[in-house]
Amino acid sequence: MASLAATFGRGAMTNHWVDFKNTDVFLVLGANPAENHPCGWKWAFVARDTRKARIIHIDPRFTRTSATADKWVAIRAGTDTAFFGGMIKYILDNELYHDEYVKLHTNASFIVAEGFSFSDGLFSGYDEATRKYDTASWDYERETGPTSGDEGGPTQSEGFAMRDPTLEHPRSVFQLLKQHYARYTPEVVEEVTGIPRDQFLEIAQEFGATGVPEKVGNIVYAVGLTHHTQGSQMIRAAAIVQLLLGNMGRPGGGMNAERGHANIQGNTDNAQSWDILPGYLAIPKPGTTTIDEYIDTSALTQLDPDAVNYFGTNYRKFLVSLAKAWYGDAATASNEFAFDYFPKPDKNWSWMTFYDEALAGRLHGLFNSGMSSVNIGPDSNRVIRALSNLKWLVVMDPFPTASSEFWHGDGIDPASVDTEVFFLPTTHWIEKSGAFVNSGRWTQWKHAALPAEGELKDDVYILAQLLHRLRRLYQEEGGPFPDPIMDLTWPYSNPDNPPLEEVSKEINGVDLTTGRQLATFNDAKDDGTTSIGNWLYTGSWTEEGNQMDRRGTDDPTGLGFYHNWTWSWPANRRVMYNRASADAQGRPWDPTRPGITWNGTRWVGDVPDFTPDSSPQERKGAFIMTGEGVGRLFAPGSLMGDGPIPEHYEPVESPVQNVLSPTRHVPTTILYEGVAASFAEDDSEFPYVATTYRVTEHEHFVTQYVPYLVEAMPDFFIELPRELAAEKGINDLDQVRVLSKRGQVQGVALVTKRMRPLRLGNKVVYQVGIPVHWHPTGGHGKGNTAQMVNLLTPYVGDGTTVTPEFKAFLVNVESA
Amino acid sequence: MTTTDLGLTIRRQSATPASGTNIRRDHSTPALEISKLVDIDLCIGCKACEVACKEWNDLQVEETHLFSGYQSHPDLTPHTWDLMRFNEVELAGGALAWLIRKDSCLHCEEPGCLLACPAPGAVIQYENGIVDFNQDACIGCQYCVSGCPFDIPRFDTVTKKVYKCTLCIDRVSTGLEPACVKACPTGAIRFGTKEDMLAYGLEKVEKLKARGFSEAMLYDPVGVGGLHMMYVVPRGEILEQYGLPVDPTVTAPTSFPSLIGALRKVGATASWAGLLAAAVYFLKTGKRYPPPEEEAVAAAYEKAPHG
Repeated sequence: MASLAATFGRGAMTNHWVDFKNTDVFLVLGANPAENHPCGWKWAFVARDTRKARIIHIDPRFTRTSATADKWVAIRAGTDTAFFGGMIKYILDNELYHDEYVKLHTNASFIVAEGFSFSDGLFSGYDEATRKYDTASWDYERETGPTSGDEGGPTQSEGFAMRDPTLEHPRSVFQLLKQHYARYTPEVVEEVTGIPRDQFLEIAQEFGATGVPEKVGNIVYAVGLTHHTQGSQMIRAAAIVQLLLGNMGRPGGGMNAERGHANIQGNTDNAQSWDILPGYLAIPKPGTTTIDEYIDTSALTQLDPDAVNYFGTNYRKFLVSLAKAWYGDAATASNEFAFDYFPKPDKNWSWMTFYDEALAGRLHGLFNSGMSSVNIGPDSNRVIRALSNLKWLVVMDPFPTASSEFWHGDGIDPASVDTEVFFLPTTHWIEKSGAFVNSGRWTQWKHAALPAEGELKDDVYILAQLLHRLRRLYQEEGGPFPDPIMDLTWPYSNPDNPPLEEVSKEINGVDLTTGRQLATFNDAKDDGTTSIGNWLYTGSWTEEGNQMDRRGTDDPTGLGFYHNWTWSWPANRRVMYNRASADAQGRPWDPTRPGITWNGTRWVGDVPDFTPDSSPQERKGAFIMTGEGVGRLFAPGSLMGDGPIPEHYEPVESPVQNVLSPTRHVPTTILYEGVAASFAEDDSEFPYVATTYRVTEHEHFVTQYVPYLVEAMPDFFIELPRELAAEKGINDLDQVRVLSKRGQVQGVALVTKRMRPLRLGNKVVYQVGIPVHWHPTGGHGKGNTAQMVNLLTPYVGDGTTVTPEFKAFLVNVESA
Repeated sequence: MTTTDLGLTIRRQSATPASGTNIRRDHSTPALEISKLVDIDLCIGCKACEVACKEWNDLQVEETHLFSGYQSHPDLTPHTWDLMRFNEVELAGGALAWLIRKDSCLHCEEPGCLLACPAPGAVIQYENGIVDFNQDACIGCQYCVSGCPFDIPRFDTVTKKVYKCTLCIDRVSTGLEPACVKACPTGAIRFGTKEDMLAYGLEKVEKLKARGFSEAMLYDPVGVGGLHMMYVVPRGEILEQYGLPVDPTVTAPTSFPSLIGALRKVGATASWAGLLAAAVYFLKTGKRYPPPEEEAVAAAYEKAPHG
């Protein structure tokens, strides 16, 4: 999601599922939507049946999605940046880009500062000792003082980026892209990805052909792109393709990140990640003491006279309103709205860091709520060691998990584990009402289908008890800095089990002067008179009631916006950045598929992602969340930790050298203590590329408790290409062991034509597929410890987001 | 909605001269014919239909093990009436196809099971086209198994009865779609009047042809009088790779000797009592199966006192 925010301004699927019916060409990479998002994927079939859309699937495996696609090509896991880099080169070389769009809606014309450079796989500013970039040189050339623009044009002022509308300046983003991707020839693409060049060229040609106004292409991806050390750059590379082809902001287009079940998007929006506050406000940095300082270091600054810079401009309103929601009357103008109470983490507290801290004895307790450390994290053996080193572990879950039971797992002597484990059985989502945010940002209210059984408690009940007990302890025993706990607002009718309806209203926000629910985040104030739990969700529960529970099915445009069906953030907008669906005059690129249209007085169609009455003559930039006002082909400054332009690096475990540069791996990955020794350096011992995934019959780990689903997909399996099986003397259905440098698993061999050997230069590489769903707990499943795929995966994450590299690592395979 | 609207009048029953129940039917409206249709082009093989079928019909959980590929059971069973079959096929030119087909009763217009069944009322065909088994009347002879050109009915060695998809007649009779249709996330399994399904299927075939599937076809074979669960098959040239017979015919003997011949295939499992019953019926009436209900109604009308 970091990559989408860095490119467009917001981190979410840009379009929505129903909108897939408006697509002409689907390019699906790092995703298996037929398997994992079947309900949404049906709209791709509608596009095919109604507008002859084509579906291209690129994946290490021939999957259920490939079975329904028009074309499938095998790719080596972890090489998608090379593929997209080749696409970018092809699009630029053959002038397939949407020229007018690129000039109007991207930063192609921006001039990059002289200090920026790239050589040998490294961008300027790299420090080998800290494995970090100083990103100061990844900047635009700035205006140094006020200058007068062309007649009638805007006057540029200090700090604004320099532009060259002709795109010819050698340091313009456009020319830099050309330069950077010159190395990504079809031959290189073939050697890196294993996609034969003729097939690559066919795909590049077919998808590249959507760079015209009357065609729209859609890139669909999921964690097959995110779960890599270079995951966010793979997504950035795809996003660049979409900007060049003019496919962003348009119905049927977009960068469509398929989010997990059933509420991952909602988790992210509401600050499940360590580095954000609700609504994607940055977590304050250590030492920040005032809101001014916070805004200075966090909010984007305006870089172009035409930029709206909506987020940057309103940052303070959203932060202050959040402080009011959290701390109420304790947050006042005179105490910086309780900014002291906000956490200011001193380092990267990504969840992999937790276990590292536990191993080092610096972390004593951990809550698992809606997740299971042992089987969700990479390198399960390492995580188990970390959990064993805790004083206590609380697991809140409807069913026992591999984490709640880790202390008596296979090969573990319970007497050797000092960790005190508490298992708190919670209600399942089927048993409670609340909102799910789907992949396409639809915030849908659902109603409890079953009453809770036995002594199950809602997670929110447990959290409330925790708060009450902590407060009592502070009252009785005192302690340092009790204020953030003692002053927390808790305005619920049932303080012991806050109704989620009331929490939702709180998230939406309220005008504290009138007591009325806010209708839009445009009404947020920075003077403490509005309280908003998450500004992005303002509008979801207004004075008109719960907008998320609406079920209207009218669709006047016929484009599938369904504005009265549930509620979509932001502002009930269905396609984000929809101003880019129109040209400079506000005319839709494709009149048959208008996103929004300027009708002379206002923008009509979808809810405009723009000031509704800002006329095209005002020339305001379409990407209102960025300081540039346009989509970013080049992501300046610290938006991305590992480079402003995507570059291919090999996964941490790879069978080959990096063909593109001497820098083999992402240079900014965090190397936790001792992990380097747990990576295979080459393919001598572990020759095969493994990738992990899910199957449609199961939902993560919980469905091992559902007998019919265990019946439908009973056994842990390993998918092997026929050729590899033959080499190894493995027959279909043999028991096989898969070993990595970190652990081993055992399962049934599925020898299949659907996995194919890849030819990389003179080398043949085999890929092995392993699903995630099996584990030792589960009433009806037949899982055991040796079926947890994460026993194999490497403990390393993305160079920007620290998302683990689950999707490409090295293994060996042998008969069991 | 009345039962007439839903076509729930019995058209014919196994080993029974006339249904009799159609007398009360309002003949001013034509009988409603329904059909399921599986558009294989839209099917992703998710098995939602398989699970929904087991849930709705309260079929017991069976211990399964992978036996090859993603298919859950090697075959249909008395407790699994709907099975997704998977077949990895290399096409000419080297491209790969993963043929996935929902396998369950096709509800033939001329049901081989019904025609073969010697137990009166054990197999019932409704006006709407649904072919259902009545286990209370089933004698366990398994003629239906042999009579079925699609190898659908399954004998339960515990209850000594035969089972198969009912096309969710209990749901259909209350105006609901079958459970598999309801559960299908992509709209691959459709349900409606036979006429509507034919129209959808024929249109879809044209679309597939336009997409390059030159042998795309609507599977509704004449040899069984047509189906009440049809398929849209993208690759008609490799029909058998989907597990569908190219030219299925019902074991519909035109004379008694050929009936004997057909039943001989049943071998040791044949119930001679049933065979005799069928033979007696043939000899007495000269008809190979119960007459169409219209004839029965007309006959009843003629016999009724007039004036």
